[in-house]
Amino acid sequence: MIGGLFIYNHKGEVLISRVYRDDIGRNAVDAFRVNVIHARQQVRSPVTNIARTSFFHVKRSNIWLAAVTKQNVNAAMVFEFLYKMCDVMTAYFGKISEENIKNNFVLIYELLDEILDFGYPQNSETGALKTFITQQGIKSQHQTKEEQSQITSQVTGQIGWRREGIKYRRNELFLDVLESVNLLMSPQGQVLSAHVSGRVVMKSYLSGMPECKFGMNDKIVIDKQGKGGATDDSGKSELGGSGKQSIAIDDCTFHQCVRLSKFDSERSISFIPPDGEYELMRYRTTKDIILPFRVIPLVREVGRTKLEVKVVIKSNFKPSLLAQKIEVRIPTPLNTSGVQVICMKGKAKYKASENAIVWKIKRMAGMKESQISAEIELLPTNDKKKWARPPISMNFEVPFAPSGLKVRYLKVFEPKLNYSDHDVIKWVRYIGRSGIYETRC
Amino acid sequence: MPAVSKGDGMRGLAVFISDIRNCKSKEAEIKRINKELANIRSKFKGDKALDGYSKKKYVCKLLFIFLLGHDIDFGHMEAVNLLSSNKYTEKQIGYLFISVLVNSNSDLIRLINNAIKNDLSSRNPTFMNLALHCIANVGSREMAEAFAADIPRILVAGDTMDSVKQSAALCLLRLNRTSPDLVPMGEWTSRVVHLLNDQHLGVVTAATSLITTLAQKNPEEFKTSVSLAVARLSRIVTSASTDLQDYTYYFVPAPWLSVKLLRLLQCYPPPEDAAIRGRLSECLETILNKAQEPPKSKKVQHSNAKNAVLFEAISLIIHHDSEPTLLVRACNQLGQFLQHRETNLRYLALESMCTLASSEFSHEAVKTHIETVINALKTERDVSVRQRAVDLLYAMCDRSNVQQIVAEMLNYLETADYSIREEIVLKVAILAEKYAVDYTWYVDTILNLIRIAGDYVSEEVWYRVIQIVINRDDVQGYAAKTVFEALQAPACHENLVKVGGYILGEFGNLIAGDPRSSPLVQFNLLHSKFHLCSVPSRALLLSTYIKFINLFPEVKGTIQEVLRSDSQLRNADVELQQRAVEYLRLSCIASTDILATVLEEMPPFPERESSILAKLKRKKGPGMVPDIEEGRKDKNVNGGMEPISTNATTKSTPSPSTDLLSLGSSPALSSAPPSSSAGGLLVDVFTENHAPAAPGVPMGPVADDNFSRFVCKNNGVLFENQLVQIGLKSEFRQNLGRMYIFFGNKTSTQFLNFSSSVICQDSLKTQLSIHIKPADPTVDGGAQLQQILNIECVSDFVEAPVLSIQFRYGGTLQNIAVKLPITLNKFFQPTEMTSQDFFQRWKQLSSPQQEVQKIFKAKHSMDTEVTKAKIIGFGVALLDRVDPNPSNFVGAGVIHTKTTQVGCLLRLEPNTQAQMYRLTLRTSRDTVSQRLCELLSDQF
Repeated sequence: MIGGLFIYNHKGEVLISRVYRDDIGRNAVDAFRVNVIHARQQVRSPVTNIARTSFFHVKRSNIWLAAVTKQNVNAAMVFEFLYKMCDVMTAYFGKISEENIKNNFVLIYELLDEILDFGYPQNSETGALKTFITQQGIKSQHQTKEEQSQITSQVTGQIGWRREGIKYRRNELFLDVLESVNLLMSPQGQVLSAHVSGRVVMKSYLSGMPECKFGMNDKIVIDKQGKGGATDDSGKSELGGSGKQSIAIDDCTFHQCVRLSKFDSERSISFIPPDGEYELMRYRTTKDIILPFRVIPLVREVGRTKLEVKVVIKSNFKPSLLAQKIEVRIPTPLNTSGVQVICMKGKAKYKASENAIVWKIKRMAGMKESQISAEIELLPTNDKKKWARPPISMNFEVPFAPSGLKVRYLKVFEPKLNYSDHDVIKWVRYIGRSGIYETRC
Repeated sequence: MPAVSKGDGMRGLAVFISDIRNCKSKEAEIKRINKELANIRSKFKGDKALDGYSKKKYVCKLLFIFLLGHDIDFGHMEAVNLLSSNKYTEKQIGYLFISVLVNSNSDLIRLINNAIKNDLSSRNPTFMNLALHCIANVGSREMAEAFAADIPRILVAGDTMDSVKQSAALCLLRLNRTSPDLVPMGEWTSRVVHLLNDQHLGVVTAATSLITTLAQKNPEEFKTSVSLAVARLSRIVTSASTDLQDYTYYFVPAPWLSVKLLRLLQCYPPPEDAAIRGRLSECLETILNKAQEPPKSKKVQHSNAKNAVLFEAISLIIHHDSEPTLLVRACNQLGQFLQHRETNLRYLALESMCTLASSEFSHEAVKTHIETVINALKTERDVSVRQRAVDLLYAMCDRSNVQQIVAEMLNYLETADYSIREEIVLKVAILAEKYAVDYTWYVDTILNLIRIAGDYVSEEVWYRVIQIVINRDDVQGYAAKTVFEALQAPACHENLVKVGGYILGEFGNLIAGDPRSSPLVQFNLLHSKFHLCSVPSRALLLSTYIKFINLFPEVKGTIQEVLRSDSQLRNADVELQQRAVEYLRLSCIASTDILATVLEEMPPFPERESSILAKLKRKKGPGMVPDIEEGRKDKNVNGGMEPISTNATTKSTPSPSTDLLSLGSSPALSSAPPSSSAGGLLVDVFTENHAPAAPGVPMGPVADDNFSRFVCKNNGVLFENQLVQIGLKSEFRQNLGRMYIFFGNKTSTQFLNFSSSVICQDSLKTQLSIHIKPADPTVDGGAQLQQILNIECVSDFVEAPVLSIQFRYGGTLQNIAVKLPITLNKFFQPTEMTSQDFFQRWKQLSSPQQEVQKIFKAKHSMDTEVTKAKIIGFGVALLDRVDPNPSNFVGAGVIHTKTTQVGCLLRLEPNTQAQMYRLTLRTSRDTVSQRLCELLSDQF
């Protein structure tokens, strides 16, 4: 089990140190600092063994979180815990930064007491935690006995993520499908590797203990229904317009509220949602991905001291949609001594500190194209090795799901209270972002 | 960096460095550096000329970035430009950049060399110094080629400034270290020696370093430096502490120079001239006297400097090893240090004492400190010091104190650091054997050793104790009794079981009279350990059992029962199974007479060098072990009992009986007796089994395809098939040779039971003596095994020995026999002689038996160079311009054998038109001529 947990700043100074077990001494703090943070060679492995002590670390911006143990623990569990810990902290005080941690150190110790007990992870559900660990310290005194017992029964009960007796005047729910699309493309436009990793994030404001059922165009479900017969009781499919009917999901994980047994047997996603915002599921697809942009590079070396680069980007989606925050990053050789750029749209600049030309476009509609051309002057070097030509990378945001995922329905049943599925106001939004989106040149 | 004064400071650089230091993260630092690099690149683009200052600034920034660990691939040209600047700071930065960053860059090195050349001839001392420092810092071959001739000139020129001379001496030293062949020795050497007389002590110090290095290479040329060094040393030593001004370091006059001079003197034997010798002794005495004086300062630097000189003086005394009084005084001085507070001093004192102990004059003096050393062993906190203490105890041990020292070492062993245990075990084993007066004590000691540190007792140690017990009848009974008692312990080490098994198997009968150690008790005791042992030990125990059957017929039934049990007869291990089956069969079928013959007591071992000592030497590297044999006059205390090596070795008379100790390699049958009559009986006994062929007889065809290729060369691949590759490396000197055989396992699986032997047929046994060092019984997949062969040529020979190897690969036994390319011509020493000499000798060897001539057709193309190389590879000296016909080849050499030396002259006349050769050989022995002619004529 976890013996202790330390949080360091980028210099290796300890911000938070919580030791759960006697086998972890103070020197463990220094061991990690010396061997990992200040290591001569960057430590890439997230698990480091120093003197029979294992250190599991994650890094958030400039902050290091390290869990320490002398036992043979389940590494996946430890990392899951560390990620959860980050989520909890973000939910409480926003961005994880040195300043925020210093300002909230009492809260963090309080949280650590609650979510880890003698090194065993406990309830780390933000919603539940927020009911009894609050940032207004004195409030707990005003809590009545009833409230306290309610919290106790919730936290120790079967549905630890939702308390009873929630009431909203307007029953509302928001569904966000957030996807990031990753691509590696050859200069000739051949896709070398591509995949989408997506998340379904839900924000629910529903009264009582509603039972929800989520449906999407999962290939297995659709095929089954097609085979089963015409009785399509789930309402009319909205997919009619777009080319493909269903998507193949490679793998997925769910929030703890989803009944996995039902998913395994019927592949239906049913759950009692937590109150407020949470991540319902994560998934990954690799087939039939809609690539929102195509990058066409053209690099010509003119003699030893000059390089001409021309890059064309083409948007490849419905003209009615608008892509945003487009940024193309064209790497320059290490011996660049000067750059002239001309672009049709947006702004482009040579950033010496990053060895790249950065071209930014605010908005771009579908089925359009734009181009940039640059002349790069080079300093002749006696170095014989050639420039490695790193790939051109791209960032963007589009209002659809590149995987093709569509939400078919989200049904809410609350038998005890008097509202039905039709009374719930539902919002669905799709956002596709770029992950690592690169084209070789 | 003297010159970055305020007005000249580079603000941009300072800002850049402070930016870097303020960076919050590594990424930010990289960003800042990238930005700076882009800026410098745009500045260096060459559109506008930069002034010296900015050039210097940017080069400096580049240097800083490089030192932070980033690659720099431009700016070299600008740095080279800086070299031609007239400002010191600019030049300095330029040189700094060059010495840090330039790597024999082909196109720039010429420009750099040019700039250096200009500076060297500039007569400006600071510039000359900068250039010299740059040469020394780079120190590449190109630099050496370009400047090796100039620097000595600068060094010895009369008008050179002192500081430049200093730099020049050190620069020359550096070049001499990197490319000694390029630094010419010559007319300047004598003048360099005279630098020892220089007024300036800095020059003397630098020159001493140079001369020491040079003198190590050719002591003859620098012999004159001894008297100068002694004179200089005595002047320093006798000077008052204030005389040398700048060169007095914490009241010690010129400590560095003194140390260097003392080192220089260590390159030479004690001076022959009595006056110089007297003066040197005086100096050394003064140094020793000074050590006794109360310190002039409490500062640690003072005592450090003083002790440095003192220790160097003591090493010189030890090196000379000629003045008993000085040696004894040095020893006493070191004795004082043994109890010093400083750990370093204690370490150094112990180390120096180790060398002192090997001198006959001071050995006794060293011995007086034994109590202190033992105390150090017990109480010292630092493990490295304890290690030195062990070394010293080993070095100071002799007959008079061996019991005490061995007892202390054994005591210490129980608590010793794991890292030095094995070494201590070896040392105890050697000392116990070497100085044993009483062999019962020896046996006790070794058994004790195995008990205390069983894991660290290597094979050699217990082999050794068995050899000694077998070779000495007087201890056999006692040994049997002691091991029997030692085995009583509930938990004993496997090595002890091995020793016990072997000794009881041989001499169990000597203690069988006592009812407490009756045969059955002995057997039960051994068998109780049987199941706890590894396979090799079990195999040994099985042999012990069969020996028991012979010794005590009354336990025969019990033992047969054990052998018959499934755990033996059907053991998964082939070796154990085979032994069990064969021993059982042997005990059932053979009559008592045959049993008695077969299972006779082992014959005494032949006497050879102790393998333990060899192991210790190997462990520490040559020269590290204070060699008791060389240092002491009372060596050969145990003259009759010289060490022997145990393992299965190829004797010059290979008898089929190998000792039982060669567990892994030889099959059980190897215990067959040498007597041939009984051997005949044995074959009958085993006809039911698949009797493995007796080892030692080559099996299968002998491969010799590559044999002739090795006549003219010494290294290469001798044999190769799909399993194994056999490579050779050999060297020969006079009548001795050493051959390294490499067995490469080409498969991915292990070879088991690997064994190799060299077989000399018939008359060859007496003509050539070959010692093979035993090799590991396993060769891992893809690994290589090295085996060393020591060869001595006793007299001339014709046949070649055969290397026979056996191993188990994937369950099948593989036999390979290869002719070893040890040919007579390997023992050639080339002889140079003039044309006149040659023909004179040629005429002397004119009797018809002495000459052999052969005319043969060329097999290969008749290339002169190839032929020359072959003749030289054959071993003779190729004599130029001896034969009136220049196309003929003439050679001369002497074949060294242990008994005689055979001179040999040869003449090879090629006829290119007919593609024929005529080879004429004249030696003083007809057999030699014949053989050499056969060997050589095959080559063309």
